[in-house]
Amino acid sequence: MKYMLLMNHAPTGNEPAIETCTAEEMRASGAHMDQIRQELVESGELLGAAGLADPDTAKLVISGGDAPVVTDGPFAELKEFLAGYWLIDVDSEERAIEIAARTSAAPGAGGRPTRRPIEVRAVMRGADPEL
Amino acid sequence: MTDEPGVEDLLRELAPQVLGVLARRHNDFADAEDAVQEALLAAAVQWPADGVPANPRGWLLAVASHKLADLWRSEAARHRREAVAALRDPSTAPEVSGTDDSLALLLLCCHPALPTSAAIPLTLRAVGGLTTAEIARAFLVPEPTMGKRIARAKRRIRDSGLPFALPNPAELPERLRAVEHVLYLMFNEGYAVSSGPEVTRADLCAEAIRLTRRLNASLPDHEEVAGLLSLMLLTDARHPARTGAHGELVPLDRQDRTLWNQNMIGEGLALISATLPRGKVGYYQLLAAVAAVHDEAKTAEDTDWPQILALYGLLTRVSANPLVALNRAVAAAMVHGPVAGLAALEGLGEELAGSHRLDAVRGHLWEMAGDLTKAVVHYRQAAARTTSQAERRYLRARAATLNVEG
Repeated sequence: MKYMLLMNHAPTGNEPAIETCTAEEMRASGAHMDQIRQELVESGELLGAAGLADPDTAKLVISGGDAPVVTDGPFAELKEFLAGYWLIDVDSEERAIEIAARTSAAPGAGGRPTRRPIEVRAVMRGADPEL
Repeated sequence: MTDEPGVEDLLRELAPQVLGVLARRHNDFADAEDAVQEALLAAAVQWPADGVPANPRGWLLAVASHKLADLWRSEAARHRREAVAALRDPSTAPEVSGTDDSLALLLLCCHPALPTSAAIPLTLRAVGGLTTAEIARAFLVPEPTMGKRIARAKRRIRDSGLPFALPNPAELPERLRAVEHVLYLMFNEGYAVSSGPEVTRADLCAEAIRLTRRLNASLPDHEEVAGLLSLMLLTDARHPARTGAHGELVPLDRQDRTLWNQNMIGEGLALISATLPRGKVGYYQLLAAVAAVHDEAKTAEDTDWPQILALYGLLTRVSANPLVALNRAVAAAMVHGPVAGLAALEGLGEELAGSHRLDAVRGHLWEMAGDLTKAVVHYRQAAARTTSQAERRYLRARAATLNVEG
């Protein structure tokens, strides 16, 4: 079963901001994520992953009459934005939740888990054969 | 593998035979499997260019033996030099029938100790003779990911000390049930693999049929294997009618039955008709019998629903699968009316809680009963819960149509 794990970032939220982390804490956080990634590669469960550039660099595109309307960031109205994702293929929803929980436990400021919420979304499949 | 179907078919026929000999000779299934895979890749390049060798099986065995020697030399710490030397001595190759080898391989790859998600790709490679790239394409995952998955499955086999040998006769029935389950899931996966809105399917259905056909040929007296093969044929025969002009899902009662594959239906019917009277009736035979009733109906209205209801009654005795009970409720509605169907759904809620199927069936039965408002509610709920894109589209369209009519 394929799932996408989405990490959202809420700059106004009460999660410990990455800016308050020491260099050592940032390294620990990065190492935690690398470790998960490496394990998922080895187990053949990781299909893809990416971090996304800051929304300040984003462009909003809406189809217009002759030409599309393109708006440049930053978008002050954004309360939350997508920071990155993992696409995984696992045996069960329980396994997807387990991976998400480990990701959410990445250490932040003071070595405490960031407890950043991870969205677990099923990837749509085709239809089963009718019985 | 290649553009030449002759070479491809030959390679895939020979793959399990060569692997069987090599794994038996050196008592190392995992490494032998890697070596055979490399030999197959080499043959796929060389044979179409240089012609098929006079003794293709011997060619593959020789090349795979060399690959295995190379593999072991690079892992010298794990194997002693004598093992490599033994590879050079062809006299150590005991001859066993290729059929026994293929069966032993299938039983090992589908061992109950392996999760089915590992068993399916391993079976496709070791028994089906497919390449990692082909399997990765079928599952829509990157090739290295699939490679890791297969390697992990083989590590499990090695770590659990599972032998490459036919199990003793007492164990065989249970081990065969595991094989049937893996092949059935492989077949279903062919329908389920999809990244887009279209009702796609990979060659997994064809592979599952091919492997089940082979199993049936080596165990012609096994009723459930015959039932499984019949079920696959009778289901897959309807595939061409399952998708509309815009890629949308077409349910059974609206399919253009002239598009059904009559050759497959004929073969499936002959199989199940010959198998059922033998008396040891099981799950797959009964599912095949249901599929046969559908396939024999010239139109949806001609469907012998009392017969289907009776078959689902038998199925509930051999299987605790809640989907069987759900389908029985649909059959009850077709025979005794939607009120009876809805009544049969009572009590299913707990087992199927959160399942879109229960809502989809409720929607269908309320539609039959003429309560379009309730039907729309359940269709929408089912649409929100399904993880199948094609089904979501169908359910939403159904809800939208009734909303206008109602």
